Amino acid sequence: MPGPVAIIDGGGANIASLRFALGRLGRESVLTTDAALISTASHVILPGVGAARAAMDQLRAASLDTLIPRLTRPLLGICLGMQLLFDASAEDDTPCLGILTGTARRFVPEPGRPVPHMGWNQLHRRAGVPLLDGIDEGAYCYFVHSYALPVGDTTLASTRYGTDFAAVAGHGNFLAAQFHPERSGTVGARLLENFLTRY
Amino acid sequence: MRDGQVVKGVQFRNHRVMGDILELARRYRDEGADELVFYDITASPEGRTVDRGWISRVAALLDIPFCVAGGIRTVREAELVLNHGADKISVNTPALADPGLITELARRFGTQCVVVGVDSREADGHYRVYQNTGDPARTRESGRDTVEWVREAQARGAGEIVLNCMNQDGVRRGYDIAQLACVRAACQVPLIASGGAGAREHFAEVFEQAQVDGALAASVFHSAQLDIGSLKAYLGSRGIEVRT
Repeated sequence: MPGPVAIIDGGGANIASLRFALGRLGRESVLTTDAALISTASHVILPGVGAARAAMDQLRAASLDTLIPRLTRPLLGICLGMQLLFDASAEDDTPCLGILTGTARRFVPEPGRPVPHMGWNQLHRRAGVPLLDGIDEGAYCYFVHSYALPVGDTTLASTRYGTDFAAVAGHGNFLAAQFHPERSGTVGARLLENFLTRY
Repeated sequence: MRDGQVVKGVQFRNHRVMGDILELARRYRDEGADELVFYDITASPEGRTVDRGWISRVAALLDIPFCVAGGIRTVREAELVLNHGADKISVNTPALADPGLITELARRFGTQCVVVGVDSREADGHYRVYQNTGDPARTRESGRDTVEWVREAQARGAGEIVLNCMNQDGVRRGYDIAQLACVRAACQVPLIASGGAGAREHFAEVFEQAQVDGALAASVFHSAQLDIGSLKAYLGSRGIEVRT
């Protein structure tokens, strides 16, 4: 039985649903900023709620901004946690961790297309990777966000909201989902399960 | 929701017990509901917060988003509900009493968390907002025009509007298309239709004719008159995009 999944504590409120989702997959989790725990956990999740700058400040305060890029175990960034893995976010012009290449940009609201992008939307696969095993082309996932990464070299699946954006990304042991797998029904559960069992 | 059980009234009166929260939550999850809303109408004694332990049990069970409404009067109470695992909070009467609450909630938790519920019905040719609708003895007209209130709520940071058309609630004669279309024209954030669903055609009509983003229903599902899976298949066959 592997040890608990380390969820990096960014000070955001609502991570209860993520912990419950891991629990449904039979995995314990620990919410932590402890470098030793994070470095030795079998899997690490970087969740994210709130604003990019505040989240980066939290990571820096715990010296995690230097630790995270050096992790060798699988890490999954979720929502804002995905954006933090990239070079920067246009939200308050915030430099981020720079592990993946790209800058998160804000959606432009249009009539009939409000920002935040909130609700169920479809994944379009752009690569065949174990993280997406068993997830059909066009599968629906639950999104809540105002910023997104443009499609790039590391994009594994994209979603269209006015323009196409990176919904799932990854390079090496660093993986990311812009949607909330913990709230995306069986599709989200499958992505989490793939992350925990195939990486 | 009242004291741990799911109840449903007709036009906000005469609530009957419909079942256990977790049983119904599981059933709707498995049938393919896209989101669940829990209206907690447990009476809250003056100045005290109601027990929210049930939220964690629901959060542990559900893998779809859910919203909690009822009795959220402060940022602190909202935080408690969200920390228990709810994805969104919905405010209604407390926001009418203090519209600044919407602003505070949006600032603290983000607009995506903040749903404003609006109970509305036509009176003398105008749509008017009602308050304290959980308790028939205290229900009264709020003095606000529905369209104006929907505009103000959005300006203050409401990320979603649930428009509950009271004259249709629980009677299953169809959504109030005219009212919803009127509010749709003033609503840039997601608009959810509520009140009146009684047949699958009603769902199709409200999406096609009022361009709402979602349709909420209670009685018609609680009574098992419609199951969500076949309803979605029907809507899909009419060309309405549904998650399958």
